[in-house]
Amino acid sequence: MGAGHAHKLYREGRSPVHALPPHCKIAAVFCFVLVVVSTPREAVWAFGAYAVLLAGVVAVARIPAGYVLRRLLIEIPFVAFAVLMPFIAEGPRVEALGMSLSESGLWSAWNILAKGTLGVAASVLLASTTELRALLLGLERLRMPSLLVQIASFMIRYGDVISDEMRRMRIARQSRGFEARGVRHWGVLASSAGALFIRSYERGERVHLAMVSRGYTGTMPVIDDVTASRAQWLYAAALPLTALVVCLTGWMLP
Amino acid sequence: MHVPDGFIDAPVSVATGVVAAGAVAVSLRGARRELDERTAPLAGLVAAFIFAVQMLNFPVAAGTSGHLLGGALAAILVGPYTGVLCVSVVLLMQGVLFADGGLTALGVNITDMAVVTTVVAYAIFRTIVKLAPHRRRTVTVASFVAALISVPAAAIAFTAIYALGGTADVSIGKVFTAMVGVHVLIGIGEAAITALTVGAVVAVRPDLVYGARGVTARPLEIRDSPLAPAAPGAVARAEAPAAEPATAEPATAGPTTAEPATAEPTTAEPTAAASRTPEPVAAPRRSARHVWWAGLAAALLCAGVVSFYASASPDGLEKVAHDKGIDQKEEDHAAKDSPLADYGVKDISDARISGGLAGVIGVGATLAVGSGVFIVVRRRRATAESGRV
Repeated sequence: MGAGHAHKLYREGRSPVHALPPHCKIAAVFCFVLVVVSTPREAVWAFGAYAVLLAGVVAVARIPAGYVLRRLLIEIPFVAFAVLMPFIAEGPRVEALGMSLSESGLWSAWNILAKGTLGVAASVLLASTTELRALLLGLERLRMPSLLVQIASFMIRYGDVISDEMRRMRIARQSRGFEARGVRHWGVLASSAGALFIRSYERGERVHLAMVSRGYTGTMPVIDDVTASRAQWLYAAALPLTALVVCLTGWMLP
Repeated sequence: MHVPDGFIDAPVSVATGVVAAGAVAVSLRGARRELDERTAPLAGLVAAFIFAVQMLNFPVAAGTSGHLLGGALAAILVGPYTGVLCVSVVLLMQGVLFADGGLTALGVNITDMAVVTTVVAYAIFRTIVKLAPHRRRTVTVASFVAALISVPAAAIAFTAIYALGGTADVSIGKVFTAMVGVHVLIGIGEAAITALTVGAVVAVRPDLVYGARGVTARPLEIRDSPLAPAAPGAVARAEAPAAEPATAEPATAGPTTAEPATAEPTTAEPTAAASRTPEPVAAPRRSARHVWWAGLAAALLCAGVVSFYASASPDGLEKVAHDKGIDQKEEDHAAKDSPLADYGVKDISDARISGGLAGVIGVGATLAVGSGVFIVVRRRRATAESGRV
């Protein structure tokens, strides 16, 4: 792993959001999403307020809005599902645009769309302002078991290696005139997958031996420990706390 | 099928989060027992493999393609604990990095896709491997069945979570039918790919398939060097590679073996077959007959036993027809007075036994007609060829 291997979703920057310790950011995003999910769906204005809050964070982090919007495309599959909702849900029906739609189905669709979009936007913000290594460090600081963090870090570190290996296998298949066209060709693809597993596993064994020969005893040394000051925690907590106020108002108001 | 935020309400999301955390904690302990200090690099690399293999597209037909979910594959290849860990880490990273699956829905996703799939698949796999004869084909068949059932099992688990905390106003019945229906189809693809992949690994490195440990281990075999002064067995063994293509070819090219997995064992044991029997052509015929018997047994099982539990309500098309009033004009089927009308045997009162019996009779009749046609065609072809000669 050479230098400069930030993941593709990270956007280099020097904003206050980038500078926050990772575990503050993770905790803030998680609490924010939890608050969003527990907001009643009838409080439409609340979701507008959340969107404004996120837009504020985007502005502070100096991330182009187009970039965030483009990354939101990942939720398309379940948008399709949400669009189906008014047609299949039960309950009283309303006439709109010449179609009979279920009223509660419309509400469900709105619910999933609004909360899902806000959740995806928050995750995208987290991923694009936090470096991968910092993200893992933050998870460890949040008391995630260190073994799990190690597994995750190995997965991230070697994910590209394994994907590249798979790509090379594909090129090798193609250069021998193979083109997968249907179920008949599954055998070939599956044996590639099998070979990929064997290579991954054997690579894991080699990596382990290399680590042991350098003094690995089951825990990774922490080189750059991050700590967060009270001010940083407060700064990070601004987002979920404001959201909480919005949420509570949403519950109070009829 | 990553669940987004807002699909399941907050209390149930938190509860499933606790369940998922508990399962991951148990798996961490179990994996450390399975792999000791090698856990981190090995489980990490296997997680990377699962992540990569989910991007491998398997074309189905006409431009559509599917990909592997990997839960069953992970369980069989590296064991249930490590499997749960790997899939959980993949889901966690997909949620945090790629915003694929909501952060609050992480508990739902892990419980559903990592825990249920893996545990169900491994339980089924081990049961079959234990009960069936210890052969390589058993491993392939067991992985097929395990993957086949694990995917709808995850769909059922999702429906259960949805029943507890779903936010959408869609009835449980509808969700259940849609989810299980779709996932039975997905499960068939998953099963085929998993079985083929496990078969490929077993053929090369049987020691790496965790679920098959103790099954495929062959006793140490001492071979004499071909350079040693003419042992009689050496000649036969030296011929074995030459015989290999002959045994392999008919099995893979034959139209009767629809599933490549069945061809695996015949290609795998050519050395043994060749050194035992001088005519290797016997092998594919025997395997075809095995496939035939297994198919018959499965069909009878489905028709006779599984139909006991099949829904008594009309199937999709009948129901739609009924709902829309299409069937008002429908005339009674010409065979409605036949002894098998509406899939039940007439004079047997118990609906289930009657339905099962009808299924068995139906399979028998189909088989008889099919075999009859097949035999006639083959005989005609044989006579045509002999006439030409």
